[in-house]
Amino acid sequence: MGEKGKKDEAAAIELAGLLRLLGIEGKGEIELEDVELSIGELTLQPSAATVAPPKTTAPSAVLAPPKVRPTTILEAPFTPFVQEYPGQIREATLGATKSEGGSRGKTVVIGGANTPAFYLFEKAPPHPPVIAIDTFDMKVRLPKAIKMYVEEFWGDPAAWAKIAVDKWGADLITVHLLSTDPLIKDTPPAEAAKTVEEVLQAVDVPLIIGGCGDPKKDAEVFMKVAEVAEGERVLLSSLTLDMGDVGSLEGVAKAAGKYGHLVLAFTALDLNRAKELNRKLYDYVPKDRILMDLTTAALGYGLEYSFTIHERARMAALMGDTELQHPILAGTTNAWAARETWMKLGPEWEPRRLRGPLWETTTALALLLAGVDVFMMMHPDAIKTMREVTQQLASRGKADPNKIANWVNARIKGEDEHDREGS
Amino acid sequence: MTEREVRKSVTKLSPIDVYMLLPRTNCEECGEPNCMAFATKLVNREVTLERCPPILKKEHEKAYKKLEETLAPVIRAITIGTGDHSIKIGGKLVMYRHEFAYHNPVALAFDVTDEMPLHARFSGEEALIDRVKKVENFVYNYIGRDLTLDIIAIRSTSNDPTVFKSAVENVAKVTKFPLILCALDPNVMEAGLVAVQNRRPLLYAATKDNWKSMAELALMYNCPLSVLAPNDLNLLRSLVKTLIEYGVEDLVLDPGTFVDEGLSDTVNNFTMVRRNACKGGDDLCGFPIIGTPITAWLGGKDSKETLAWKEAYIAGILMSRYADVLIMHSLDGWAQLPTVIWKFNIYTDPRKPVSVDSGLITFGKPNEMSPLMLTTNYALTYFTVESDLKKFGGDYYLVVADTEGISVESAVAGRYLTAELIAESVKKSGVAEKIKHKHLIIPGRAARLSGEIEDELKNVGLPGWRVMVGPMDSSGIAKFLDETWPPKREEKE
Repeated sequence: MGEKGKKDEAAAIELAGLLRLLGIEGKGEIELEDVELSIGELTLQPSAATVAPPKTTAPSAVLAPPKVRPTTILEAPFTPFVQEYPGQIREATLGATKSEGGSRGKTVVIGGANTPAFYLFEKAPPHPPVIAIDTFDMKVRLPKAIKMYVEEFWGDPAAWAKIAVDKWGADLITVHLLSTDPLIKDTPPAEAAKTVEEVLQAVDVPLIIGGCGDPKKDAEVFMKVAEVAEGERVLLSSLTLDMGDVGSLEGVAKAAGKYGHLVLAFTALDLNRAKELNRKLYDYVPKDRILMDLTTAALGYGLEYSFTIHERARMAALMGDTELQHPILAGTTNAWAARETWMKLGPEWEPRRLRGPLWETTTALALLLAGVDVFMMMHPDAIKTMREVTQQLASRGKADPNKIANWVNARIKGEDEHDREGS
Repeated sequence: MTEREVRKSVTKLSPIDVYMLLPRTNCEECGEPNCMAFATKLVNREVTLERCPPILKKEHEKAYKKLEETLAPVIRAITIGTGDHSIKIGGKLVMYRHEFAYHNPVALAFDVTDEMPLHARFSGEEALIDRVKKVENFVYNYIGRDLTLDIIAIRSTSNDPTVFKSAVENVAKVTKFPLILCALDPNVMEAGLVAVQNRRPLLYAATKDNWKSMAELALMYNCPLSVLAPNDLNLLRSLVKTLIEYGVEDLVLDPGTFVDEGLSDTVNNFTMVRRNACKGGDDLCGFPIIGTPITAWLGGKDSKETLAWKEAYIAGILMSRYADVLIMHSLDGWAQLPTVIWKFNIYTDPRKPVSVDSGLITFGKPNEMSPLMLTTNYALTYFTVESDLKKFGGDYYLVVADTEGISVESAVAGRYLTAELIAESVKKSGVAEKIKHKHLIIPGRAARLSGEIEDELKNVGLPGWRVMVGPMDSSGIAKFLDETWPPKREEKE
């Protein structure tokens, strides 16, 4: 290692000086061996050690030249390595107020990042990530840990949305129009649009409109919703390459463009396809109205793929790939697909009412650090933690060294003292 | 920071660079057909240099040194413990996982204190030995692998050398796990260290006040040493320089783990330190980082559940942001599960594809009446099913459908898994010629396709087949088969 070489050299130079002081200066050039010998005999650094150190490691090949041990801390200030990024994530505005042609109480601006996520030592992020809470237009299979909070709103997304905004602090509401699925209820587009209108009336935050996944039906539903909700800047979730294959992409993209909405471009863990889809959308939708969903896999079921593709996408965008410079949405609720969120695993893994939401939290936090801008979430506790962490990560300089300076000998309070009754 | 020389990044290292330094005799002693193949594996970190006996000979000393340097990770690899009971931390080659892969999974340490009662017999408190055993025995089987914890961290809350020494002795007696000794008073530390002087524990920690004595101990007992400088990177870097000059080479950096309002500083400090090492060529930052999510437990008036929750998500954050070792407190399964799984996941090789090969897979020795099941080729889905089927034992056929590496639920929603694809996959697999029963078990999450599949099977020339909707999760397969297999020969169309 070059650095080590330099260090040895420095040590040798210091030694030479020391030897000069001691009046045993060599003739210009000192043989390394001589130095070692003299030092060994002189014991220049009497150490506190009286016990011979146990030698358990591999034999060192060459004895390192002894060092003159510092007696005070050597100053070596830290200068952070900072970088300039040629690219920046586009900003996007969700929702529109009355004066902007919609009916929302406020709009939500996302994106704009010009550094990797939360690199505050480079630049503070312009807009904090936001949380969209899921609601469904029909009964869906949900783990008990979530069901207990939302059971009473099943089939009533408007009521569900209201509690999500009032109680859980949703920045956005997602209305999943699952019942439009031709294989489920095949709810017609007009009826689905009515559901959307109801939610628009129930809450004043911007909306995300979720489809059923059928590329033809979703396009029909989205086109109708786009028309009915004209000017509201809803986010249509999602547009896919499949829609391109069945010929429905152009129509729905055009409708989004015409009625002033945003679209979510969904692809499955493949940046080339993400770029391909964006290029297709550019013909119909302004670039600042396109968000990407790169696929969120649950913790334990591929989160690492999601994490890495999000880091890659963000870095590529910052380095100048304009086709990836869109804000990103993550369907964090997918965390609940993991069996560890709901399955009985034995008493040592209980309670599930904590295990499940912690799973959603961990999934969300990994993607938060990878740069995601919008999180679709479900469990109130996971949402609460995400909100707190997002706020805490927004500004630096609040760490108090005294708080942790003595953690080593802190007596952590007995568990009983802290146990919450009956929860 | 002026004379920084950024090491040739591992991603730019070519097998040729390495090959030129190897003996190039194609002796095959390493088990590879030739030196070029070995060089490629070296660059991909699939083998270590020591697998090449000739390079270790005197005549190749220079080349060996050069190779060691070329292949050296940007973050120093440090061993805690000795022999079979050791763990390596650090050794990172890159900052971002997608640049190559992360190596040496973050080590998870759990605390015991020197004031815990030895046995539970006379106390309601958790006993030292029980807690050590609990750490040792923690195991979760995840897709066929046992995930476990790594290290015992012994903290001196007594601040009394004798008490600490006795606790360390007691822990050392009952476990061979690698150890971290936590005491900021060098006298206390030395007393404990004497009790495990041959076990190479990680010493926690050198500070601006005690660094010299800690350095002496680290040198005397040949131990790695943590450097603690809470939220002060200038001090941290200065201490590192000082300790290196002092002769301590195995350092572990602690910029402080702050929860709540200090979290941003924590994340930024960890990131800055790692970035300076990986991107800025700052060798003084090129050491493993230690995080202490256990600080979530300090001064909190919250419930134990709330604190364990906080500790767990802080651990998750720090694993994503460059921690190489973590000290934690809660041993609650629900809190540790996400930690051990995220640890496992983030250290997998990102070059490994998302999908597995599609086609027909057999388990056990299936015959003409063995159950036929279907799943998708998303790696995590497949491995989960595979692990479950192996756990149950028995003989099965499994058709793996090519959904372009997407899980069942997403593939059904996104039309990657359609009735048509399923029928084609079954047909192509040739399983129809191997079985007599004409029953296909599909995942519960694909239930809505069941009717269509029977029609599509007809279309591909497999008439009279019946689709059975299996459980929502492959963990339920055994029970499902108990109840439904062999299928009754009832309705005829």
